Amino acid sequence: MFENLSEKLEKAFKVLKGQGSISEINVAQTMKEIRKALISADVDFKTAKEFTAKVKEKAIGEKVLTTLKPGELLTKIMKDELAELMGSSSAEINLLSKPSVILVAGLQGSGKTTFCGKLAYFLKNNKNKNPLLVACDVYRPAAIDQISVLGEQISVDVYKEIENQNPVDISTNAIGYAKKNKHDVVIVDTAGRLAIDEPMMTEITNVKSAISPNEILFVVDSMTGQDAVNTAKTFNERLDFDGVVLTKLDGDTRGGAALTIRSVVDKPIKFIGTSEKMEGLDVFHPDRMASRILGMGDVISLVERAQQQFDEQEARKIQKKIAKNTFGFDDFLKQIQQIKKMGNIKDLAGMIPGVGKAIKDVDIDNDSFKGIESIIYSMTPYERSNPHVLNGSRKKRIAAGSGTNVQEINQLIKQFSQMGKMMKMMQGGGASRMMQMMKGNNMPKF
Amino acid sequence: MGFFSKIKSFLNKKEEENPSEKIEKQRKLDEGLEKTKSSFFEKLSKKVVGKSKIDDADLDDIEEILITSDIGVDTSLKIIESLEKRVEKEKYINSEELNSILKREIEQLLVNSSDIDSDVKQESDSPYVIMVVGVNGVGKTTTIGKLAYKFKKSGFKVVLGAADTFRAAAIDQLSIWAERVGVEIVKQTMGSDPASVAYDTLQSAISKNADVVIIDTAGRLHNKVNLMNELSKVKNVMSKLTSNAPHEVLLVLDASTGQNAIEQAKQFSSVTDVNSLALTKLDGTAKGGVVIGISDQLKIPVRYIGVGEAMEDLQIFNKEEFVDTLFNNKK
Repeated sequence: MFENLSEKLEKAFKVLKGQGSISEINVAQTMKEIRKALISADVDFKTAKEFTAKVKEKAIGEKVLTTLKPGELLTKIMKDELAELMGSSSAEINLLSKPSVILVAGLQGSGKTTFCGKLAYFLKNNKNKNPLLVACDVYRPAAIDQISVLGEQISVDVYKEIENQNPVDISTNAIGYAKKNKHDVVIVDTAGRLAIDEPMMTEITNVKSAISPNEILFVVDSMTGQDAVNTAKTFNERLDFDGVVLTKLDGDTRGGAALTIRSVVDKPIKFIGTSEKMEGLDVFHPDRMASRILGMGDVISLVERAQQQFDEQEARKIQKKIAKNTFGFDDFLKQIQQIKKMGNIKDLAGMIPGVGKAIKDVDIDNDSFKGIESIIYSMTPYERSNPHVLNGSRKKRIAAGSGTNVQEINQLIKQFSQMGKMMKMMQGGGASRMMQMMKGNNMPKF
Repeated sequence: MGFFSKIKSFLNKKEEENPSEKIEKQRKLDEGLEKTKSSFFEKLSKKVVGKSKIDDADLDDIEEILITSDIGVDTSLKIIESLEKRVEKEKYINSEELNSILKREIEQLLVNSSDIDSDVKQESDSPYVIMVVGVNGVGKTTTIGKLAYKFKKSGFKVVLGAADTFRAAAIDQLSIWAERVGVEIVKQTMGSDPASVAYDTLQSAISKNADVVIIDTAGRLHNKVNLMNELSKVKNVMSKLTSNAPHEVLLVLDASTGQNAIEQAKQFSSVTDVNSLALTKLDGTAKGGVVIGISDQLKIPVRYIGVGEAMEDLQIFNKEEFVDTLFNNKK
């Protein structure tokens, strides 16, 4: 996500490596590099300047502990400052009222409608809510169709008035509809608008006063450049929004907007969008993001996501099977499906410290499992639960059935047995042994 | 350190602020006041009048203004370097000269574009095919609607291809544009193969003797290799019908996008040989300065700019005008 910035900072820190203490001289060059890196990451010019000045002030005179190199110490200071700049803790959204009304606003193409769909999906599945989506973009061609299609996809009601061109009326009526139909959250999608478009900005302030939302969210494209500050400021002046949504973070943007917006408008970033899929929504954690920027990985997010998606019962079953040595290809297949449920593989891998940079240019897609799946699907149930029976002629048949060749099947069998071994080790608490095995490059390649 | 102790230490620090911080504060205040009353060139003239050399402080100011226009660190430094060289060589320079040098330096980085109408006419045997690509939400479909209108007004027969089969209601959106402008559209259902839509569109356009074909594609982030490969497939399939189609691969960039636009341009170029750019949403406060670096590095011309949501709101890019307005504060 933020690999590029991490890379640049790593380079900047190299200048400091091997020096015993932080002084005005050895820090100056590094600070210049950091400022340049931040600006290239689209951090607002002034914010970047202020930020480096603050880090420098804290760094100089800091006693370098014997265990820490100056670079590491500076990393720590940077991380603390970054986390502070982005807000000190994650913020929840206000869902206390019945119904709770959420108004969503932003520029054209920032991803409002997709976000509304994701939020509805999130509230329905994670918070047990019964949300209502409201189509108030009466301007863009087919905008109402778009939200209707999304609503259908996630089985959430969409309120729309095809003939009505007045968002104030539509949103007011929608709340009445929500009350009648026992919807406890109302998500109002609005048309994209430029901050300097006076009639449109007046319109949205009118919507605001008509429905008095419990929560106003401002949606920003994470690729936004220096203009993020102006736009966020103006929307904040007009709407006094409660939080920010940062979209399209699955791109390779350095995401400087994340660093700036919070500090400029003093509003928390509440959600981030991480894919085009409806489940691609994450709660924003400033501290984790700061770690991530500095290349420290985001293990907590990874674990949380795994916990959320992993079927515990299924996991226990598999554990038993491993213990009894009856782990077969069917179980392997189930595991793959579990992993796929967790989201984009590259995203997941990127959260592991040190991996983000290594896989920057590699595309790992969920399709990478397709070959494996088709091989397993071409096995008989007997073969799946008894992998040892796979002999030459069976392999040939499977190869023909799955459109692969015998070598590929051999490779899969090898990976499969390695995986079995690895899982046994994990069970026996042999995590360190497993790490050694991974270092030995015996990781199965998918 | 707890939250309150943090605040406390922050407040303490404020009290014992040293003289250099005070000067910095005053400078910032001055800067702020200046911004409100002057545009870039006014500010610049004030700084350089009567000087034979631009000092560091002035250059810093120029740098700031270039960077806040999203021109980027590297391109800004390049511009400043050449400006510095000119000023060093010529003993005396007045503000007007400096203004025009700076403008010319920037203009030089922007590649010239050929005339689109004559490009279309040149392709007399087969339709002139434009394939439109870009990341999500930059305004591809809207740009296509405006382009269709522009070509129709020039007397060309236009066929649109709805090859964004992924995003919810993208096909409907393009259909509404086709109806609004009064041009034909070829479409299949959501989820169908975009390459097959592109192929059908071109085939139908050839049989109907159309002059221009515009293919819409789904927005995709440029770091998704599989989606990018799909794009080159869409491109290649059309060359089976007309060897040099698509004639134009138009990358749409959002003016509010920052330095990531450079990466977008590089990645889209590497899979589809982008040969023209459209810069959208220039009616906002964003300057779109990043196209200067893109045009310079990749030698791709900016052909169109989007300045509104109506179908007339597409203009042919004019670099003199662009550079002029780049430094004018819109308020």
